[in-house]
Amino acid sequence: MIETELSRCVAAFYPGATGVIGAAKLSGGASQETWTFDIVHPAGNVGAILRRAPPGYSASPSPSRAPGLEAEADLMQLAHDAGLPSPRVLHVLKPEEGLGRGFIMIRVEGETIARKILRDAEFASARPILARQLGRIAAGIHALPEAKLPKLRISSATMEIADLAREYRSTNWPRPVFELALRWLADHDPGPSRETTLVHGDFRNGNLVIGPDGVRAVLDWEIAHLGDPMEDLGWICVNSWRFGEIDKPVGGFGAREDLFAGYEEAGRKVDPERVTFWEVMGTLRWGIMCGRMMQRFRNAPDHPMEQAVIGRRPSETEIDLLRLLAPRA
Amino acid sequence: MQDEPTPVELIKAVADFLRTEIMPATKGHNAFKLRVGINALDLVTRQLALQGPGEAAEAARLKALLGIDGSLIELNRALADKIASGELDLNTPGLKEHLWHTTMDKLAVDQPNYASYKRELGDKA
Repeated sequence: MIETELSRCVAAFYPGATGVIGAAKLSGGASQETWTFDIVHPAGNVGAILRRAPPGYSASPSPSRAPGLEAEADLMQLAHDAGLPSPRVLHVLKPEEGLGRGFIMIRVEGETIARKILRDAEFASARPILARQLGRIAAGIHALPEAKLPKLRISSATMEIADLAREYRSTNWPRPVFELALRWLADHDPGPSRETTLVHGDFRNGNLVIGPDGVRAVLDWEIAHLGDPMEDLGWICVNSWRFGEIDKPVGGFGAREDLFAGYEEAGRKVDPERVTFWEVMGTLRWGIMCGRMMQRFRNAPDHPMEQAVIGRRPSETEIDLLRLLAPRA
Repeated sequence: MQDEPTPVELIKAVADFLRTEIMPATKGHNAFKLRVGINALDLVTRQLALQGPGEAAEAARLKALLGIDGSLIELNRALADKIASGELDLNTPGLKEHLWHTTMDKLAVDQPNYASYKRELGDKA
């Protein structure tokens, strides 16, 4: 039972804690898990989250792209310290604690399910302010001082195009629309960005904790890297993250103008052409990721149904790429 | 000759049973998975109905565009290669229309509720 190890671990780093209750797994495959639990404390229980790779698993599911859970903890704490909506990190796991690799952070209450945030009345007051707020938050992330950052991979538009082309070709399934997008990306490669900053990498609706008051936390830093800051602004505009609200490019919440205004309010400059470039790249990336689910489905011994169904979703990004690159009159 | 009911009728009967009898009695993550499963069965019925005519038209367009004959996957590989090499692009007469037509046919099977698809369908009508 994970509560035994967690209780022992929490007692060692949290003064006054007497144990944990209510541990429940929120999500996770074999290699990465997220647990929710409460730290029992005489002054009142504290909601907490454990993110971990269980003992025997690597701290990074794909070492070539992901910096690992310890780096994720560093980044979330840095963001928290800079006043950005990010949970406070309570503890980074040590091997002798028997919980694997990972960290424990404060549980930020709110909603992460994109469709609820876009439809439920509870968030009606938040929705109109989110695009601008997300612009300010992205600017804050991009302003985190490089000297304090953990070791991260460096990426660029040119490297990402090559990476996507390789991943697409590895699926060995012809997709003329993806070929068209790869050509467009190569022809429109903006070259090295004016500056290289921290890039969150998965900054989108679905990875945000939202309350009626707006953004409370940015989650899922697992593919953070150094690169073109416009990548984050393009990714959040990818149609797949609008969840049906296709006329509101920024996560289904609002207009690009609001996102850009929030970003520039925080003292940083937007390059709209680069943002569009990264939106096309992001649309293709999500499409290729869906396509690769087909292979995973075929290769997995239990043929998981969810992966099979995601394997039929690349066509969603094919129509979105056509709307971007070859709109009908 | 195989007997009736047809595959479409059989799958529809199973999907309807799952939807009306099993779904109301299912909770939590299993309810989510059941919905995913029913959606997959619905996709299969759409494919069985639409694939034949859609792919025949796709093959005819590809043969006209490429000037060669072959199976559908061979033709698609040839088109993909020619787009990758730059031999064909959006200025090529018929290419844009072909890609749109083919993509709309895919979505009619995969995800007819996708908002971009519904928008494009409405704009065309």
